[in-house]
Amino acid sequence: MTDQTVTGGIAAGSAPGAGGGTPRRRIPSNWRTLLLFVPAFVIVTLFFLAPLIDVFIRSITDPKLGLQNYEWLFTTDANIAVIVRTFGTAFIVTFVCLLLAYPYAYLMTIVGDRARNALQLFIMMPLWTSILVRTLAWMVLLQDTGPINGLLAAWFGIGPIPLIRTTFGVALGMSQVLLPFMVLPLYSSMSKIDKRLLPAAANLGAGPITRFFTVYLPLSRPGIFSGGVTVFILGLGFYIIPALLGSSKESMISALIQQQISVFLMWGQGTALGIFLLVCTILILVIVSRFNKNGSLFPGVDK
Amino acid sequence: MTTKRLLTAFAVLIIMWLIVPTLVIVPMSFNEAPSFNFPPKGFSLRWYENFFTDPNWLKALFSSLQVAVLTMFVATAVGVLASLGLSKVKFRGKGLLEGYFLLPLIVPGIVLAVGLYSLFLRMDLLGTLPGFVLAHTIVSMPLVITNVMASLQGLDPRLEQASSSLGAGKVRTFFSITLPLIAPGVMAGALFAFVTSFDEVILSLFIQSPTLQTLPVKIFNSVTQTNDPTVAAVAVITMLTSVIVMLVAQFATRKRKRPVAA
Repeated sequence: MTDQTVTGGIAAGSAPGAGGGTPRRRIPSNWRTLLLFVPAFVIVTLFFLAPLIDVFIRSITDPKLGLQNYEWLFTTDANIAVIVRTFGTAFIVTFVCLLLAYPYAYLMTIVGDRARNALQLFIMMPLWTSILVRTLAWMVLLQDTGPINGLLAAWFGIGPIPLIRTTFGVALGMSQVLLPFMVLPLYSSMSKIDKRLLPAAANLGAGPITRFFTVYLPLSRPGIFSGGVTVFILGLGFYIIPALLGSSKESMISALIQQQISVFLMWGQGTALGIFLLVCTILILVIVSRFNKNGSLFPGVDK
Repeated sequence: MTTKRLLTAFAVLIIMWLIVPTLVIVPMSFNEAPSFNFPPKGFSLRWYENFFTDPNWLKALFSSLQVAVLTMFVATAVGVLASLGLSKVKFRGKGLLEGYFLLPLIVPGIVLAVGLYSLFLRMDLLGTLPGFVLAHTIVSMPLVITNVMASLQGLDPRLEQASSSLGAGKVRTFFSITLPLIAPGVMAGALFAFVTSFDEVILSLFIQSPTLQTLPVKIFNSVTQTNDPTVAAVAVITMLTSVIVMLVAQFATRKRKRPVAA
């Protein structure tokens, strides 16, 4: 990064051909580099920051100035139930993803280069298909007359077990979509663990279980943190999957926001829910980045 | 050794769980019966025929492609400029600026969707092409920036210095030295932007209008309101589009290592 800075401003002084090296020229050249940010800055400010500020302002002014929307949010039992369910579902999904991703990521660290590339490719591949299409597929599979219930009936003579329109269905679909966001940070943190530490611990008399819990698991904690946080906060905001695989009994905060605004035209209440969701997301990120020194604010965003 | 074998078996199950369920949509699209039941009965192309003869579906496909291509150009152009800036200048708060550009990746989609809906309502941008492109650019640009930044980090700064010491101006250096060297990253970023826009649902659901709907919006509406198996054919078409584009992106990034990091 520092090397590249040279080309930006100071290069004019060191490379005579480029800029003549007069101080007069140095300032405009650096100033012109800043111009590169302008389009992105304008677009993000106008169509990202401004809408979010708009949401906030609506939440405290619609229908009148005050905190009545937030009061409604926290004093309505139905809302509390939706909030608890949203956090609960996100937590279940995070836990399921962690349990499934941990052995997978570990396998990635002990195989050869080719196998590792293949394992990584397989994890990334689902991201090439839209969430909507994958949810459609789950709808087909999980319905009462679907193949899973068909097999259950044929093999065990039971059924049909309600799979779609249940929390199970929602969690299944969400875990499938979010698993890659757990595997990648886990792998990146596990690949940094010194391989000699486990034999060393064994030499000192630690059994496999002790080795795992006192040596390996603590060292992989950064990956658990950043993967867990990514999955959890992405899970909090899910809309499509609960809408298609759940029922109104499984609705999450996103659905409630959509309902308040599009169905009841209650802008104030919908936007207050939105700000609540946003604040929760930011708080979780801030708290975790405090605990996790090397974790950035954007854990494993390369999707 | 047995642990490794167990882990491999486990990984195979995970891979199957990730990939196989989605594939049920393919046989469904060739179903003869007008139902959503699996396994499908018979073989027919009637749902594809439905799709390609229904002006509403075709219009949605065309809108999607139009929005995705425009988004790709805008997000890539703006994202490459911002990445160049981020890699060239150093000032306090640069990290904050980079974070600011990447922030749309972590903000819940529904919150941004509501905000854009509210804003577009007042600006008369609901259901318009510029509205869709701008909304999709917001969520696509971070992917362009992360990809291009990765390419720029592998770039030898001495090459640009050599170019400028030989008398090339900044613009000339960019087009004849920098851009060819970071082309794989730019290409991958552009393709990611295309797919992100092509698959985007939540923002599009909020900013749609009866006159302009993208394909995912039409799929979502069709699934929630009707029971038309045509969506299975549409799903296969969108799936193929994304997979092909991502395969190209994969190919582009794989080539990246040779010229840039050499």
